[in-house]
Amino acid sequence: MEYTILIVLLPMLTFIVLGLLGMKLKACTSGLIGTLSMAVTTVISYATAWIYFTGARVDGVYQKWVPFNIEWLRFTDTLHIDLGVLLDPISAMMLIVITTVSLMVHIYSLGYMKGERGFERYYAFLSLFSCSMLGLVLATNIFQMYIFWELVGVSSYLLIGFYYTKPEAIAASKKAFIVTRFADLGFLIGILLLSFFTQTFDFGVLTSGDRSIFTQAAGTTFMGCSVLAWATALIFVGGAGKSAMFPLHIWLPDAMEGPTPVSALIHAATMVVAGVYLVARLFPVYYFETPEVLHGVAYLGAFTSLFAAVIACVQTDIKRVLAFSTISQIGFMMVALGVSGYGGHNGTGYMAGMFHLFTHAMFKALLFLGAGAIIHAVHSNEMSHMGGLRKQLPITHITFLIACLAIAGIPPFSGFFSKDEILAATFSFAPAMGWIMSFIAGLTAFYMFRLYYNIFWGTPAEHEHEPHEAPASMTTPLIILAAVTCVAGFIPFGKFVSSDGADYIIHLEASVAITSVVIALIGIAVATVFYRKKSSIPDRLEQTFNGLHNAAKHRFYIDEVYLFITKRIIFNGISRSIAWFDRHVIDGAMNGLAFVTNKMSFAIRGLQSGQIQQYLLVFLAGLLLITLLVLVC
Amino acid sequence: MEIQMQYYLLVSTVMFFAGVYGFVTRRNLIAILLSIELILNAVNINFAVFNRYLFPGQMEGLFFSIFSIAIAAAETAVAIAIIVNIYRNLKNIEVKNLDELKD
Repeated sequence: MEYTILIVLLPMLTFIVLGLLGMKLKACTSGLIGTLSMAVTTVISYATAWIYFTGARVDGVYQKWVPFNIEWLRFTDTLHIDLGVLLDPISAMMLIVITTVSLMVHIYSLGYMKGERGFERYYAFLSLFSCSMLGLVLATNIFQMYIFWELVGVSSYLLIGFYYTKPEAIAASKKAFIVTRFADLGFLIGILLLSFFTQTFDFGVLTSGDRSIFTQAAGTTFMGCSVLAWATALIFVGGAGKSAMFPLHIWLPDAMEGPTPVSALIHAATMVVAGVYLVARLFPVYYFETPEVLHGVAYLGAFTSLFAAVIACVQTDIKRVLAFSTISQIGFMMVALGVSGYGGHNGTGYMAGMFHLFTHAMFKALLFLGAGAIIHAVHSNEMSHMGGLRKQLPITHITFLIACLAIAGIPPFSGFFSKDEILAATFSFAPAMGWIMSFIAGLTAFYMFRLYYNIFWGTPAEHEHEPHEAPASMTTPLIILAAVTCVAGFIPFGKFVSSDGADYIIHLEASVAITSVVIALIGIAVATVFYRKKSSIPDRLEQTFNGLHNAAKHRFYIDEVYLFITKRIIFNGISRSIAWFDRHVIDGAMNGLAFVTNKMSFAIRGLQSGQIQQYLLVFLAGLLLITLLVLVC
Repeated sequence: MEIQMQYYLLVSTVMFFAGVYGFVTRRNLIAILLSIELILNAVNINFAVFNRYLFPGQMEGLFFSIFSIAIAAAETAVAIAIIVNIYRNLKNIEVKNLDELKD
């Protein structure tokens, strides 16, 4: 099984080859190299997942496999950083998700990015991203995960800023990098705290169920909480940054400045779920050691989900609607993990969160790729420039509709099954939470169909030239992902992924299922009434709830709050005074020293006249003085 | 009758300070060189006198003054060579013009 390391090394090799030789190759050659290497990686990943899921069971429970591990850095006898490959149900599942979506995006980009400047650079960055994301999910220890976590952040930065001549793209890439990096600071501190007290980085040890390693951390308190709670909360902060949880979500909508396939791959399907994956990876630690942090995760996830869903209802840029919908859906996954118990039927939430991660990756990638096809056709992101496109873009229309139905939670599409499990888990945790999440599910259905009707129905907008269907390289991934979305719900997911590795049989609870479908249908019906044909109801509602509408349209002014804090308070209050201190006190001391030296030199330069006789006189005077002193004393 | 030691010392002191005075006041390099010779010879007299009166049976003071005369001769040869070169460059041997090393 050592060949599993190829899953990480192959994309990295492709990145190096394309990065160094890309300029010399023809654009289409480098695209093909990237896509082929990704296809090979996909095949290896599928084979690995197949071998794992068929062979890793002992007494009906999945074991963790570590087919490859080398020591990289040793600090103490127990504390060392390894680089390796860890296979367990969730990493094998993530392998399938990442390679599938990544391969689809590689193929899609052959059409979407055709003729763009920097085509080979684009493929090099995509390979770098695939390498680091795969390394992240396969990490055997939390520090390896952190290394790849940062690499993922870098490649995300590079890809958001791909159109580096656009000022908005540069600003967005910087924002994404700084916000996630800021969150990663918490992650790093969390890792250091956790490893300092438990003396290990290894996931296998941390999640082995041996609670004795945590006793020291749990026993030490800091500011009213145990150090262990601080550590897990700080690790979650890192995850919240990557997964765009409130209030660190501000980078994700702006990240839509990148090329659309990148948004599909990084900012919808894979990188943004890294935070969910992190919580799932450390789930036993969260659940057994710090349940209060896990509940915090659930509440934060629910709030973020509601918050983003409300904003998504009023955005007009289609990619931003999808971005906020992504934030909302990740909120769902966090809630699922947060309300989950461990083992058997209690672990519904865990299973549901992972299931939703899986299905969401597929249909959200599909939505973004569909949005890319639409943008490709009309050359605009704005809803007002669309409308009535169902005739011109039939394939995009059908696949987009499938994805909308899936995210809205209509059976038999995949989103229904995973979302239903999440709702069942929240209802059993707290009925109030269940109803809130159901309401958000309704909102999801509403804003997705608002998007759908505004793009494909409604009044057609004026176009400079007739919109046309995308080329086959773009429609093929759409069709494949749509097919996956149609059937993914019937995968017996509980057989593969569950909180304790044992079989979990999914059974739909009729009451929850019916409620959620009814709520989704209501959402769709409202959207149909509002947006199918030109209707005055949305405008009238907008006027009635003017304040709320405006606030949501401006994303509840969170960006402004950030700007206020950074520009007004930090820049003015702290940076300016520090800059003043630096300019005037530190630099001033140095300048003063130079000034005094200069003046002194001018004063004494007359002594050095070059006249030998003058020197001699002084010498004699000195000699006399010393002689006198010797004589007197 | 023997001449007392202090008269020798008086002569050598006068010679020494004449040399110092010449060194400080003369403007001509040759004159300065002469002044240095005066100073050296004053010292030589002292060597000889102290040897003669304080350690009559020994010869170190006398040998030292012979050394010193030899070195003075060598020094003078070098100094004259330098002065000749200075004259070739500056067309004079005024000591006040020799201040280029201060820059």
